[in-house]
Amino acid sequence: MSANQVALWYLAASAFFILALKGLSHPESARRGNLFGMIGMAIAIVVTLALVARGNLGMIVLAIAIGGTIGAIVARRVEMTQMPELVAAMHSLVGMAAVLIAIAAVYNPSAFGIADPMPVGNRLELFIGSFVGAITFSGSVIAFGKLAGLGKHFRLFSSAPVVFQGQHLLNLLLALAMIGFGVWFFLSGKEGQWLPFIVMLAIAFVLGVLIIIPIGGADMPVVISMLNSYSGWAAAGIGFSLSNPMLIIAGALVGSSGAILSYIMCKAMNRSFFNVILGGFGAAEGAAAAGGEQRAVKSGSPEDAAYLMANADSVIIVPGYGLAVSRAQHAVKELTDKLIEKGVSVKYAVHPVAGRMPGHMNVLLAEAEVPYDLVFEMEDINSEFGTADVALVLGANDVVNPLALKPGSPIYGMPILDAYKAKTVIVNKRSMATGYAGLDNELFYMDRTMMVFGDAKKVVEEMVKAIH
Amino acid sequence: MTGNVDPTVVNLTVFVLAVFVGYFVIWGVTPALHTPLMSVTNAISSVIIVGAILAAGAPVLDFGSGLGAAGVALAAVNVFGGFLVTQRMLEMFKKKERKPKSGG
Repeated sequence: MSANQVALWYLAASAFFILALKGLSHPESARRGNLFGMIGMAIAIVVTLALVARGNLGMIVLAIAIGGTIGAIVARRVEMTQMPELVAAMHSLVGMAAVLIAIAAVYNPSAFGIADPMPVGNRLELFIGSFVGAITFSGSVIAFGKLAGLGKHFRLFSSAPVVFQGQHLLNLLLALAMIGFGVWFFLSGKEGQWLPFIVMLAIAFVLGVLIIIPIGGADMPVVISMLNSYSGWAAAGIGFSLSNPMLIIAGALVGSSGAILSYIMCKAMNRSFFNVILGGFGAAEGAAAAGGEQRAVKSGSPEDAAYLMANADSVIIVPGYGLAVSRAQHAVKELTDKLIEKGVSVKYAVHPVAGRMPGHMNVLLAEAEVPYDLVFEMEDINSEFGTADVALVLGANDVVNPLALKPGSPIYGMPILDAYKAKTVIVNKRSMATGYAGLDNELFYMDRTMMVFGDAKKVVEEMVKAIH
Repeated sequence: MTGNVDPTVVNLTVFVLAVFVGYFVIWGVTPALHTPLMSVTNAISSVIIVGAILAAGAPVLDFGSGLGAAGVALAAVNVFGGFLVTQRMLEMFKKKERKPKSGG
């Protein structure tokens, strides 16, 4: 194959990648989009295999088979609640692969068609690709540990922010040192290039850890989106150094996707990106609840709640992550079916940060076979709470806290679901503990609110039983 | 323009345009599918497997091609895992036939 033919095939693959993302604009076209993505990837891999020396082909195919089998098994077995961990793990693999390619390129530039000794331009690009890859790798490993709840075994994985004196200064100094060694690397010749390159990579790995540890569990949706973005930029960086437009395009698409998701998540929490990155938020998790006087709430039984809902015209369900933790999705779906049978209109209201990654709650509901046309985004449903008879809040807290409307409160300005406007609000929680923000929730003390304490799954199942 | 344009400048052109394409396409993605978006972008970014294949395919078997092969295996986990898990999620979003009302 001539270089032009290869480039044209790569162009086709790039177009398929764009179509893959375009397909996700609607659930109906999404599966076709995913298929386009697979076609693009197949083209990219087959064309590249045709390029390489025959001798090593067996080894490469074997590597693909091993990795592919592991990937396929994991994809089949993973629980939908574990999706954030899986995605974090996958980001780390992209980062590591980028680092390995960069080292291989420094070792033997001619394998990639780069002049040997490597020109300064390629060195600069390789430096960028490899340090972004290294940060993506170690940062994603920490994110994975936090999400998988490995904090008990290893303190760096703690979901509470790990902060210490002079943290930001240390990070800044390390970043400067990393850039310094990078400059040394691209000014160096073929001899003496390894020392600055290896030191630079080592600093980048450490930096990745330090960037993620101060970020608390509540901010995980931002972190995952951010690492998603980094993995894209790492791929684009490698694309630059190999002068491969397909890699650049794919990397740029992924990079901007992750950046946009980070922006959406930050906006949904009313936090600035830098505020999240600098971390430390959520340190006082639940601490605020301990102080302050006990205030009276009205509580009721699941049967009372079921009675209210069965006699309502419209019910809006607000699912939070607490619902997923107690695996109550299927019970909620059953409740929905029963209510619809009774002629009640049932809708779901999903806050952008419900769950631990963007769109997580939607997937969990889809898994429980809740039809996606009953599930509404915040902007689309907020106007309907005013006319709803019942708002059923399941395992959500901060995202329905009317305190966000009060100037001066710590979460002031955070967009919330207007559950407090419903004629009756039923809130299921395990206890009166506060949410991630550590704030009391005014919603719980309203006259129109009935608290139903207990595990979400048990409570919802009892509600289902009570509706005849 | 006179003279040859540096390949890096061409690459930069491609990069900037692709960021714009990404920006507009991603804003069109429905929020309900943000998790599948993330898993599919994960699979797409593993197209760096191409770089790993080139490294592994160097004519001589040495340190460089060994690293390449390791890179191929890592990226392959993502390629297969990413697309398949996306597929699995999207199947859940399939429109279901509403069950006909049973007697209860």
